[in-house]
Amino acid sequence: MYRIGIDVGGTNTDAVIMQGDKILIGVKSPTTADVMSGVVDSLNKVLSGTGIDNADITAVMIGTTHFTNAVVERRNLSTTAAVRLCLPAAQCLPPMVDWPDDIKKAVGGHYWMADGGNEFDGREISPLNEDQLLKIADEIAALGIDTVALCSVFSPVNDDMEKAAADIMRKRLPDASFTLSSEIGRLGILERENAAIMNASLRKLSAHTVGAFGSALKTINLNCPYYITQNDGTLMSAKFVQEYPVLTFASGPTNSMRGASFLTGEKNAIVIDVGGTSTDVGALVNGFPRPASTSVDVGGVRTNFRMPDVYSIALGGGSIVQADDPIAVGPRSVGFRIHEMGLLFGGDTLTATDVAVGLGIADIGDPEPAKELGQDMLLAIKALIDEMIVNASERMRVSADEIPVLAVGGGSILIPDNVAGLSVIKPEHFSVANAVGAAIGQISGEVDRIFSLASITREEALETARKEATAKAIAAGACPESIELLDQEDVPLAYLPGNATRIRLKVVGDLDG
Amino acid sequence: MISMAKLREVLDSDLDAVAIGAAILGTGGGGNPYIGMLRCREQLRKGRKIDVIPIDELSDDSLVVSLGGIGAPVVGIEKIEQGEECLRAMRALETDLDCKIDALISSEIGGSNAMEPMLTAAQAGIPVVDGDGMGRAFPEMQMCTWSIYGHVSAPSAMADEKGNIVILKSTRNEVWVETLARANVVAMGAAAGIAMAPMRGSYVKKFAVQSTVTQALSLGNAVLEAQRKNTDPIAAVLAHEDGRLLMTGKIVDLERHLKGGFAVGHITVAGFGDFEGDAGRIDIQNEFLVFRRNDKVEVCVPDLIVVLDVDTGLPITTEVLRYGQRIAVLALPCDDLLRTPEALAVVGPASFGYEDITFTPMPKSEANDDS
Repeated sequence: MYRIGIDVGGTNTDAVIMQGDKILIGVKSPTTADVMSGVVDSLNKVLSGTGIDNADITAVMIGTTHFTNAVVERRNLSTTAAVRLCLPAAQCLPPMVDWPDDIKKAVGGHYWMADGGNEFDGREISPLNEDQLLKIADEIAALGIDTVALCSVFSPVNDDMEKAAADIMRKRLPDASFTLSSEIGRLGILERENAAIMNASLRKLSAHTVGAFGSALKTINLNCPYYITQNDGTLMSAKFVQEYPVLTFASGPTNSMRGASFLTGEKNAIVIDVGGTSTDVGALVNGFPRPASTSVDVGGVRTNFRMPDVYSIALGGGSIVQADDPIAVGPRSVGFRIHEMGLLFGGDTLTATDVAVGLGIADIGDPEPAKELGQDMLLAIKALIDEMIVNASERMRVSADEIPVLAVGGGSILIPDNVAGLSVIKPEHFSVANAVGAAIGQISGEVDRIFSLASITREEALETARKEATAKAIAAGACPESIELLDQEDVPLAYLPGNATRIRLKVVGDLDG
Repeated sequence: MISMAKLREVLDSDLDAVAIGAAILGTGGGGNPYIGMLRCREQLRKGRKIDVIPIDELSDDSLVVSLGGIGAPVVGIEKIEQGEECLRAMRALETDLDCKIDALISSEIGGSNAMEPMLTAAQAGIPVVDGDGMGRAFPEMQMCTWSIYGHVSAPSAMADEKGNIVILKSTRNEVWVETLARANVVAMGAAAGIAMAPMRGSYVKKFAVQSTVTQALSLGNAVLEAQRKNTDPIAAVLAHEDGRLLMTGKIVDLERHLKGGFAVGHITVAGFGDFEGDAGRIDIQNEFLVFRRNDKVEVCVPDLIVVLDVDTGLPITTEVLRYGQRIAVLALPCDDLLRTPEALAVVGPASFGYEDITFTPMPKSEANDDS
C-alpha cells in the first residue's frame, strides 16, 4: 500500500510516493494560477514515474502554504468585517489594534463594537441588541463585505452570543460567511479575535483552493480519501479546511521540519526552508518542531494557536529584487509566475533566483540577463540575501551548541554553505521535504466536551476523554500502538452547577498501513 | 549594579522591555502586561507622555496615590477594560477628599499593574513614581509594603467599565479593604480599577520598594539583548537579579481553576538537562507561591518564583501555562522590606494557607557570591 504526499507552495507543487518508511519517488512541478493543473501535473508525474496503480494509493496528504503566504504577502485577502460583542468593556483596544498597517489595510480594517459578551461567571456584560446588530449588518452590506468575524467576550466558555449574533446578522447578510472566534481559539480575546478575522479574510481563497484539490484528484481517478495538513502535523478533512483555513497556518514549516528530520535522521537542528515566496526558519528539538510557548506572530499578527516556533521572512526563489540604490529583496514575489516573469526564463522581472543563477551558484535557465547587472551588483544583492538568512537563523538559535542547519525547499540554493558558523546539510530529496512531511502526517482523535466532576474525579474525566479520543483516532485509521497524547487542556466552567469542566484533548497516531 | 542616569520618561521604544520585566517580576501573576503595554502605546500615540519621577525627588508633602486594576488574570486577557476605570476611580477620590493628586505609584510592579498607573498618569497629565509596593506581584492589596507598615488605604475608590463607582469610606483594617474590594470586583465581573487613599511623599520614600520601574525596564532589556546576541537569556536574568536556577523541565500536568475570581492550582514539572529525574511542583494562587523538588519545599513566598520559557527567556504567566511547555524555574530574592517579621505576618507562607512552611530566605547563588 502506498500514500502520496503533496506540498503546494507559492512557487512549486511537490509530490512524493511513500511505501512505509521508503520514499519511492519525489517530483516538482510549477504551481499554477488555478492550483489544480499544477497538482494534476505533479500527480501524473509522480504516478507515471513508478507505474503504481492508482487503486493501490490509500491516501493523499496535501500540505499547503497558500493561506500563510496570503497573509505574509497581504494578497487574496477578502475585505472583512470584524464585529466584537463587548460593550461597554474592551473599547480601549479595538479589533486589529496591534496589526501592522499594511495587513490591516489588506483586510479593509473595518470593525464594529457592539453590546454583548459574557462575564467570567456567565452573566451578560450587556444583552445582545438586535437593532444594533441589524444596523451593523446593513453597514457591512453597504460596504459590499460578505465575510464576518464575530468575537464575543468569554465565548470559549459560552458561545451562545456569537451564534445568536450570527443568526441575527444573517437576516441582512444572507450570503455572508461567518467565522465564530469560539470555534477557532481559546481564551485571550485579542489573539482569538485576530485568528477569527484572518480566517474570515481567507474563506473565499480556501473554498477556491480546497475545491481545486478535490477536482484535481477526481480528474486523474484517485478515489482514495484526501487530507490537508494542520499546523500540529495532523490531518484534516477537506470540508473542515474550507471553514477553518487558518488552522493550516504554519503547517508548511511543520511538514518541512518533520520531513527534514525524517530525511536526515537529525533530531536537533535548525531547519531553513526556502520556498518560492517565503523562508521559514524553525528548530528541531528531539525530532519535533519546537513549539512556541507564547503567542505566535503570523505576518506580524499575534495569535494563540499551538504552533511550531517559526520565524518567517518574505524571501524566496521568486522574490522580486530591486537592483537600485537602496537594494531591496522582497517582500513581493513573482511566486509560481517565475517561469514566465523571471529573467532567466525570458521574462522581465529580476528575482532572487536570477541573482543566484547570474553568480553561477545554480544552473537553471539563462544566466545572461542577470549578468548584465554586473558582478558587483550581484554580489551586493547576494550579501543582502545571506544577511537575511543569517539574521533569521540567529533568531531561532537559542544556544551556542554546534547543531547542524538542515537546508530544504526548492529555493535552498540561496542558502550559503555555512550559516553563522554552523555547517549546512542538504539531504537527498531536500527539495521535496515538505511533501515528505505531509506524507508522514498523523491521524488525530479529538474530544472537546463538558464533563461534570460531581461524581468522577478530574483524573477519571481526563482518562475517559483520552480513551474516547484514542477510539476516534483508531476509527479514523490510526495505528493503535503509535497513539500518543498531543495536547490536553481543561477549562473549568465556574458558572455551571455540578463542577463542570470543558476538556479538550487530542491524541495522534501514525496512519495504519 | 551599574549606576546610570535616572529614568525620567517611559518611551514607546521602552514599552516592550518594561512589559517583559514586569511579567518576570509578576511571578506568574499580576495579569499579562501585554494588554497594558498596548494601552500605554495607545496613550503615547494620542500624544500623551509617561513622565517618571524618582522617589527621592518627591516633595515630602506631595500626594501620591497607588492605583491599578483589580480582578483575575484570566479575566484580564479576555474582558479588556473600557479604558478609563482607574482615571474615574482617581477622580472620585479627588472629589471625595477635595484634594489634588500629584503623582501615581504602582501597588505592584509585577504584571499588568506596572502599566496601569503609567497609562493613567498619561491620561491625567501627572508623573508616575519609580517604585512600587511589592517589588513583585501578590494577590491581595494589604500585601503592599505601605499597608504592612501602617498606611490606611481607606477611603478607596473603585470603578468598573459600566460606570459604577464604589467608595470604601472607612474600614476596620487593611484586610477589610481587600475583602470588600474583592467582593465588589466579583460583582463587577472580576475587573475594575481601584485607587487607594493618598500617601505623603515622605512616607513613600520610606516604605516603597525603590526603582522598580527602572528594574523592570533593565530586566526586560537583559532578556531582549540576550535574544539579540544569542546568549542564554536565563543566565542573563540570573546574573541581573542575584537569582538561582531551580530547575529546567517540561510541564507534565497542569491543574488550574477559578475560585472566587482567583486562579488556583498547581503544575508538575519533569526535569531535564541537569535536573533529569527531578519532579518539581509549583503551587499557584494567582502567583507561583511554593516550589517543591521531590516533595520537599525549596523556595516559598515572599521570595520570587519565576517561570521562563527555557529557550527564549520570556516569562510564562499562569494563564498561558500549557501542557508540554519547556520551562526554566528561577528563584529571585524579594526586597528586604518583605522579610521583616511584620511583613512575613502578611506575606509569609502562612498567609496563603501554608501553616506548616516556615519562610527561609532563599540561599544566595554560589555564582554570585563575589558580587
